Amino acid sequence: MMLDTATTRTAPSRTAPIFELIEVEKVFQVRPPGRRFTREKVGLRALDGVRLSVEKGASLALVGESGSGKSTLLRMVAGLDAPSGGRALYHGRPIREVRAEGPGFARDVAMVYQDARGSLDPRMTVGALIAEPLRHFGIVPKAQEETRVGELLERVGLPADAAKRYPSGLSGGQVRRVAIARALASEPSVLVADEAVSGLDVSTQAQLLTLLRKLQQEMGITLVFITHDLGVASYLCEQIAIMYLGRIVETGPTDAVLNAPAHPYAAALRGAAPRFFEPIPEPLPGEIPSPLDLPKGCRFSTRCPMAQDDCRTRDPQLGTLGAGRAVACLHPLAPSDT
Amino acid sequence: MSAEATNAPAPATLPPAGPAPQAQSRKRRSIFVRRPFFTVALVIAAAYLLAAAFAPHVAPYDPVLQSMDAMMQPPSGAHPLGTDSYGQDILSRVIFGARYALVIGIFSVLIGAAGGLVIGLAAGLSGGWVEWALMRLIDSILALPSLILAVAFIAILGQGVDKVVIAVGLSMVGPFSRTVRADVMQVKVQGFVEAAHLMSIPSLQVIRRHILPNVIFPLAVQVTIRISEAILVSSSLSFLGIGVTPPTPDWGLMIAEGRDFVSFAPWMSAMPGFALALLLIALSIVGDGIREEYDPKSRRGA
Ligand SMILES: Nc1ncnc2c1ncn2[C@@H]1O[C@H](COP(=O)(O)OP(=O)(O)OP(=O)(O)O)[C@@H](O)[C@H]1O
Ligand code: SF4
Ligand SMILES: [Mg+2]
Repeated sequence: MMLDTATTRTAPSRTAPIFELIEVEKVFQVRPPGRRFTREKVGLRALDGVRLSVEKGASLALVGESGSGKSTLLRMVAGLDAPSGGRALYHGRPIREVRAEGPGFARDVAMVYQDARGSLDPRMTVGALIAEPLRHFGIVPKAQEETRVGELLERVGLPADAAKRYPSGLSGGQVRRVAIARALASEPSVLVADEAVSGLDVSTQAQLLTLLRKLQQEMGITLVFITHDLGVASYLCEQIAIMYLGRIVETGPTDAVLNAPAHPYAAALRGAAPRFFEPIPEPLPGEIPSPLDLPKGCRFSTRCPMAQDDCRTRDPQLGTLGAGRAVACLHPLAPSDT
Repeated sequence: MSAEATNAPAPATLPPAGPAPQAQSRKRRSIFVRRPFFTVALVIAAAYLLAAAFAPHVAPYDPVLQSMDAMMQPPSGAHPLGTDSYGQDILSRVIFGARYALVIGIFSVLIGAAGGLVIGLAAGLSGGWVEWALMRLIDSILALPSLILAVAFIAILGQGVDKVVIAVGLSMVGPFSRTVRADVMQVKVQGFVEAAHLMSIPSLQVIRRHILPNVIFPLAVQVTIRISEAILVSSSLSFLGIGVTPPTPDWGLMIAEGRDFVSFAPWMSAMPGFALALLLIALSIVGDGIREEYDPKSRRGA
């Protein structure tokens, strides 16, 4: 039943992708580090020249080191932040504009926060938390609310009596499930999730991943999923986008990219994660440069083993590399190099 | 790639829930055992409350009955706490005094809390110049101790129990506004508020449903803590002779009246003074206990 409501609602313009980001930038004005008593602000480029398009029914993993701008990108996709440059489109129209028009976008695009516990009001019971979107979007008549809450809880693997509990009485994994149940309550066609399964024990993680994969494959939900874990990415998502310092440096089908990375950073990530289903440990030698002071030329040139002279002068943009793949590198690796 | 690892997620069982409800209620009940001082203080405060509520039945005499035959008698069987310079029974006056103290304390704190809630919410939610103006207003009020402020309001309003309630209440608006604003600022940046906005819930509804409940609770704790402050301020006003008018059996007033006789009839000041001190101590222990027990931060940290 979720499938047909979802498809009929997202009728407009079949051709345009659900989300399209064109040269998106996000600059935060921050105090210069180490100078606390100044009014002067410097720009921090959290996103810089991001190109991305998400087709309907796609599943996309966003991968990258901490601080690479994954959450910022997701917030923009959810319409929480406006881009400071470029265009962020939903079905061909600016996301912020669509979101301002009414609850339609909010119903269609649900988000699971990185901080799941913080996204749940501590003074509401789990039942009330899940009922809130049901009532707000008028998903079910009031009489059926309780049943539907029970169904949603069951779907994420929580017992029905969890509805009477408060989030403070639940474990981290259970809180994550509640957040997912709440996101699913509005019967969205797009689910954006920020590290929805990281930090959980393996069996809980597996259970949630199975659930998300089922939703994605059976209900046709479009999934944008941030993760630190290449195993999660390859299990759940057909597409992958690898971010480095605010730019997507490589994107394409997950298996193809992970088997034969074209960007040296993607290769390094892959090499640093010999076993899947483990967070990337210390991925790379060398310090990640500050986003306040991006390296000249290619942003990866300070750590890139393949760097050549032109890398320090020219900033490579994301360009196609055949077969649905794209890479932002002047000297992409050939498949045999890895 | 690594199909073995990815294709077969292990069958998962539900991890055990957090503390079971029974365990929690057991914890709640045992607060009286865990905090003996709290329990004693609570009993004392409750005794004051009962004495105040049933004052006419508990007090042996009419608190304003003057008697020429029984002036300034030391504590005795007939007058357990002695009599004052008008021959009024001090025990009865102390018991009726609890009425005034508690009524003034509770109602003035409620006025302060209501005003603080409105101003604090407005300041915390508005931002911009509205917040700036409100905060400067609060700062200028707060810069004065509540007693001085209450004296100023009495000067405007005049004397009497109702005026004291209003004056003390107004003098507490500043501190309450401050804590409410601090709570609002802290709550409004939390994830669940943003999540509600993301869900396109209208702002007023977000305030009512998600911000207010998270602000009201700490405010209620503040109210219990500040009742003793309000009682102290109101007693001080009476002591200074600008609060409640005689012959009202008010502790502050009684202490002031006994001051001139302190060398040969010390009980006249000492008895109401002791009653006041004991109530203040009991109330602040109760308030602290409640705060520590139900502090949302320690609760949320679970
Ligand atoms: N509101 C903000 N104000 C200022 N800087 C910000 C803000 N949000 C993010 N940043 C900065 O933008 C950069 C990208 O942050 P972002 O949270 O998107 O990273 P991330 O990839 O999600 O990291 P993590 O894996 O740790 O969650 C960081 O350098 C961060 O400090
Ligand atoms: S452009 Fe040069 S420095 Fe940048 S990733 Fe490619 S090879 Fe490395
Ligand atoms: Mg993040």
